[in-house]
Amino acid sequence: MNNIPEIAPTFRFQWEEAQDCYVILYPEGMVKLSGSAGEIMKRCDGVKSTEEIITELEGAFPGVDLKDDVRNFLDNARNNGWIRYKS
Amino acid sequence: MAGSDTNRSRPLWLLAELTYRCPLQCPYCSNPVEIAKYNDELSTEDWTRVLQQARKMGATQLGFSGGEPLVRRDLEELITEARRLGYYTNLITSGVGMDADRVKAFKEAGLDHIQISFQASNEELNNYLGGTKSFRHKQEMARVVKEFEYPMVLNIVLHRKNVDQIRDILDMTVDLNADYVELASTQYYGWSRVNIDQLLPTREQLARAEVVAKEYQEKMKDRMKIIYVIPDYFENRPKACMNGWGSIFLTIAPDGSALPCHAAAQLPGLEFPNVRDHSIDHIWNDSDAFNKFRGFDWMQEPCRSCPEKEKDFGGCRCQAYMLTGDATNADPVCDKSPHHGQLHADVDRIGSLSGTKEFESKPLVFRNMRNSKELTRDGVTV
Repeated sequence: MNNIPEIAPTFRFQWEEAQDCYVILYPEGMVKLSGSAGEIMKRCDGVKSTEEIITELEGAFPGVDLKDDVRNFLDNARNNGWIRYKS
Repeated sequence: MAGSDTNRSRPLWLLAELTYRCPLQCPYCSNPVEIAKYNDELSTEDWTRVLQQARKMGATQLGFSGGEPLVRRDLEELITEARRLGYYTNLITSGVGMDADRVKAFKEAGLDHIQISFQASNEELNNYLGGTKSFRHKQEMARVVKEFEYPMVLNIVLHRKNVDQIRDILDMTVDLNADYVELASTQYYGWSRVNIDQLLPTREQLARAEVVAKEYQEKMKDRMKIIYVIPDYFENRPKACMNGWGSIFLTIAPDGSALPCHAAAQLPGLEFPNVRDHSIDHIWNDSDAFNKFRGFDWMQEPCRSCPEKEKDFGGCRCQAYMLTGDATNADPVCDKSPHHGQLHADVDRIGSLSGTKEFESKPLVFRNMRNSKELTRDGVTV
């Protein structure tokens, strides 16, 4: 099973200073991401697996069980086409 | 810095109309009828400065448009600069003037997205409306765009002459693997206003087209996003034009004049500042033109006391001006406007004449420099 997410080539993910948040950019549109969504997306680098992303986030934000939140967000992100799983 | 002024209005969307030169002559073009007067185009250095200043103010989406932006030989250079600055760069093109080498060069320069327009789904009508033999080349370019893994938008402007082919048009966009399809109903500004009698669809046509658009939206929802909006002349509430004047959109015309929307040049009594003379910061924040219709104080009734004014901002200023002679009036698309009845009477007049031989045989006025000079020679305003 492929579980290494990466940003889909038809979307761009970047930090926007003026918006003070991470954004997803696509043809003629932009979605502003919440702080936690941005933290997940920036780890979708085509190298780390979903489990590794969860472990890393739990290390960065100790004491919170993030597993379900991360998986839900990634499901959503894939449905929106923002990420894909490496094949 | 963090969070301090993120709610201030910012020119998030920069539309760079690089030139009004264009190899096509579409009679529904939304460029001003006065295109022939714009022969003093900004230099590469001017555009570079505009891109830098707007980006600093928070602009994120950048559209290279026209006219046909491919006409500018410095397009690759401008794309490179835009990418360096962090813009998401959209190329809005007819595809004429493009080849595989240039598509590749754009990719290397950092272009994010290409939007190609089609005039119709069959060669004859496409080439007639565009005034050039461009159909096959457009199809070839759409394939090249997908080969280079760009997200691709196909844009088809709909009107009475092609709206009945909506199914063929959508089948074509499916064949070409579009990611997004914009079925853009003609809006009646510029050249399309001149040609409104020949272009305005009938209510029956729209009703049929809507069924097909919805069918494909549902059928294709996992593969492509289809955007279909009915022409606002048939609505009862106005569009939230430009999301409000001076709210997020900034257009720079080929001669450097800065506009809150690409149709605004026609509004009388407004002096639009030029990027040759002023910074984007000054233009956006301090110029009279950009502050003219900001907020709600400029409104008259019925907008002023309307509970929906924060939703639609009274509609479109250009439409209010064109249809009532006063840009501070409510957009007559709104059924609260005292001019709404007249607008619908016009729509019905055109609807009742549509299909009659005499009416349909009236020639279209094609968008070209000769017709521009002709139309503006006697100070005719449309």
